Amino acid sequence: MAREHDIAVIGGGLVGGAIAYGLARLGRRVCLYDEGDVAYRASRGNFGLVWVQGKGQGLAPYGGWTQRSVRRFAEFAALLREDTGIDVALEQPGGFHLCLSDAELAHRVDQLTRLVAQQGFERYAFEVLDRAALAQRLPGLGPQVAGATYCRLDGHLNPLRLLRALHAAFLERGGTYRASAKVEAIAREGGAFAVRTATGRAEAGQVVLTAGLGNATLAPQVGLTATVRPQRGMIVVLERVRRFLDYPLATLRQTDEGTVLIGDSQEEVGFDDTLATAVLATLASRAVQVFPFLRDARVNRTWAALRVMSPDGFPIYEQSASAPGAFVVTCHSGVTLAAAHALELAPRIAAGALGADLSPFSSERLHVQKAA
Amino acid sequence: MYKRLPDAAAAAPAVLLTIDGADFAARAGDTVAAALLAAGYDACRTTPVTGAPRGPFCLMGVCFDCLAVVDGLPNQQTCLIPVRAGMRIERQQGAAVFGPAAGSGQGPR
Repeated sequence: MAREHDIAVIGGGLVGGAIAYGLARLGRRVCLYDEGDVAYRASRGNFGLVWVQGKGQGLAPYGGWTQRSVRRFAEFAALLREDTGIDVALEQPGGFHLCLSDAELAHRVDQLTRLVAQQGFERYAFEVLDRAALAQRLPGLGPQVAGATYCRLDGHLNPLRLLRALHAAFLERGGTYRASAKVEAIAREGGAFAVRTATGRAEAGQVVLTAGLGNATLAPQVGLTATVRPQRGMIVVLERVRRFLDYPLATLRQTDEGTVLIGDSQEEVGFDDTLATAVLATLASRAVQVFPFLRDARVNRTWAALRVMSPDGFPIYEQSASAPGAFVVTCHSGVTLAAAHALELAPRIAAGALGADLSPFSSERLHVQKAA
Repeated sequence: MYKRLPDAAAAAPAVLLTIDGADFAARAGDTVAAALLAAGYDACRTTPVTGAPRGPFCLMGVCFDCLAVVDGLPNQQTCLIPVRAGMRIERQQGAAVFGPAAGSGQGPR
């Protein structure tokens, strides 16, 4: 019997959506399996930054990979708009990382200086702004802000629209989408992969694991490892207010429609995606330190979601040695890396080889035995 | 568009307030949304994104279409707020304005 699909993509979030779309653009027959609303769905809880600044300390190639995605994002957003009519509200005016004391600012500058000076790092320029210079760019800035670092590559978008656009574009390009289809098992059978869900079994020539936290159990079934853990993040959403902020900050941004998002809490609490008011209070209090007038704005929504974190925080891209044709893709920057996943990673998966420049993202880096 | 039932109009005592600066006699027990409708305002705001007019719809705190400025506070759900004597109600044009955007006259992009 002829196989219905060339490639099965397991996981319908931003990572799976981007790769499935990229593969469908190349004319591959792709089936995208999506667990459904019971999934943890980092893609529906994230903040929406398209961000370069500060990334890559300890793995220089990650800095370059991130920059490649960010530099191609306008092109990628245009492709999505052509295929779907959906505007993902991409803005890339550069972004700020604010510091609340002189010591914090000095530490931040030291960090970024060491980051871009790493061997093999694709350098980018960052600016350091003192309070006075920053206040000119960010009207209404609170007196406790000491300064900031700025990188002109940074930006933001509407992540929910990105997810919808990826799915719509995938369908537009002839992809098959299976909703509420949690993959229970994958097995290599002959020259193909059998993918089993609660309702059936299908074969594909290649399989790409993009199931976020679910990759941890799926990967070993095809000779891969994906050691990922949940890291909880919370977001506070304020009421829609007139545009006051023309740049995204690492912890606060205003959407194209005026809503203010506050975020970037990080907690190691396992698979607990419930809210904790103490954390929300901290987020709100920091936001008011940055922009005191937000004291008068009301909170409309709050939520928590689980980031998908590898042990060192960097992506894992790898093809199985024992079951060639099976790939694992995991990262915690599904928004920022979406352009690279669709336009650069998907073609390599289609060609059957990730390429030497992506070898630093193999999980082998994590298997190095720790010194006693 | 909306008229009070004859019995109800006489039953409750008047509550004097202003809507866009003009005096209006609401009735005790009215919500601000009810007062706006009774005063003849179908629309109490324009949307931040397209500027389309919106007015009270669900009247039970769900749809957020009845937002207006109440005693200087923007984005108030008027269907959930009972009228009080001396209350200042203003219809809201576009997004609420906070901080440095106040007085700039610029709408959101």
